[in-house]
Amino acid sequence: MTPSRPEIRVSGLHKSFGDNQVLRGIDLEIGQGEVVCVIGPSGSGKSTLLRCVNLLEEPTEGQVFVGGTELTDPDVDIDAVRRRIGMVFQQFNLFPHLTVTENLTLPQRRVLRRGKAEAAKTAAENLGRVGLAEKADAYPSSLSGGQQQRVAIARALAMGPEVMLFDEPTSALDPELVGDVLAVMRMLANEGMTMMVVTHEMTFAREVADRVVFMDGGVIVEDGAPEQVIGHPRHERTRHFLSRLLDPAMADVEEETSDQVGKPE
Amino acid sequence: MADTEKLPLQPKKKGLTRRQKRSLSRGAQYAVFVAAVIAFAVTADWGRLQNQFAQADIAERMFPDVITLALKNTVLYTVTGFAVGLALGMVIALMRLSSVGPYRWLAGIYIEIFRGLPALLIFIFIGVAVPLAFPGTEIIGGTYGKVALALGLVAAAYMAETIRAGIQAVPKGQMEAARSLGFSPARAMVSIIIPQAFRIILPPLTNELVLLFKDSSLVLFLGVTLEERELSKYGRDLASQTANSTPILVAGLCYLLITVPLGFVVRRMEAKAQEAVK
Repeated sequence: MTPSRPEIRVSGLHKSFGDNQVLRGIDLEIGQGEVVCVIGPSGSGKSTLLRCVNLLEEPTEGQVFVGGTELTDPDVDIDAVRRRIGMVFQQFNLFPHLTVTENLTLPQRRVLRRGKAEAAKTAAENLGRVGLAEKADAYPSSLSGGQQQRVAIARALAMGPEVMLFDEPTSALDPELVGDVLAVMRMLANEGMTMMVVTHEMTFAREVADRVVFMDGGVIVEDGAPEQVIGHPRHERTRHFLSRLLDPAMADVEEETSDQVGKPE
Repeated sequence: MADTEKLPLQPKKKGLTRRQKRSLSRGAQYAVFVAAVIAFAVTADWGRLQNQFAQADIAERMFPDVITLALKNTVLYTVTGFAVGLALGMVIALMRLSSVGPYRWLAGIYIEIFRGLPALLIFIFIGVAVPLAFPGTEIIGGTYGKVALALGLVAAAYMAETIRAGIQAVPKGQMEAARSLGFSPARAMVSIIIPQAFRIILPPLTNELVLLFKDSSLVLFLGVTLEERELSKYGRDLASQTANSTPILVAGLCYLLITVPLGFVVRRMEAKAQEAVK
């Protein structure tokens, strides 16, 4: 397999919610084993872009390919493709009526039709990978946010995905719990998982990502190596965003601009 | 008093303070209550009341039939009616949430009709109108089938709305998580959404059970055999046989035997759900 084969390919992607144009023509390729962080101000369309990649949002226009399959083909078996795409949400979205282990085994059994023993074995392996083997019988509500998010990652991994999508995975966490989740994601990156991560964690983006994509106003403004996009941004909008993100206490009071797009987050 | 002089906002009023007024009002409420109890105790004809409602030998004669026959039938009617209502209500709730317009309309019409009609009318319809309109047909299970159907038709309308609300109360992220794991919409609904919806709607569903328990008394109007009598019919029959109201009282107590603990369970569940939200 050539490393350059794009695992995710997005071309000419537009997405509107009513009159609100959230994505205005996105072209993006993510190679196999590549880790791409998508950054940008809230309302820039980065989460919508991620959700279009597994078709949780239906694109208005354009094409999305994952592993060579076109998801935007109206006749595609979307459930089959989604089994190959792991998704991690900001709000974890664990199933609260099931134990941690059942959260991992139920999708395997119902969707992949795995046997009981195999599902349990895969669940235990993946809980071990995220360091939560001892929480196997706990209910999600008894776990901290960081633990819940790691279980959510393990649940996605148990399905054996080729690609993992992360939608602001640490944004709902208390600051001291962020590290555990990032450590798991770093481990996945090192193992060669293809990852697309919408995040505000600049340190993670700088150290783990192969590429950083900066989005604003529904378009990709800058796309390059982390040291370039974060370290030496070429565009004023990128510089402006980064300065506000890295040093929020120094920001000036600004006029609200009317051309801000995207739904409020 | 030096302090009050500095507070012109609270001018010294003549008469009672607020606190005094409050205690006076509370005293008056107690006085009215005591007076009402005394008035009832004095005017009531206790001998007559006891004769009418608390004849020990008549009450004794009702046992064990009032339990083994009447209460048993009441429970049987209620439970079968509830089962029919739950199954039908689930179908209607899913129709109401369907993306197919005609299903939504049909479900809406059903709910409006059966919520708007008195349960008694449905019983008469099932018991009298249907056999006349379709002479050849026989509702399975005889009286038991008819009651289950009549109660179920009424209950389904209420339960459909409850179930729909429960399904909609499950956070959107649950469906998204299930879909992104590769669940089909139907399988996600069955495996992930509905189990959570039921946890949410357990208290209102139990309330519905209590309501059905009482509505099962409408069997009275279907014309039942001796063996099919439930609490109300049984109590009324015995009351007219003995020309005494004691059987009515006993039947009433039997209802409470079930409804009061059920109500308690509902309140417990609601309190627990409240706690879980926090």
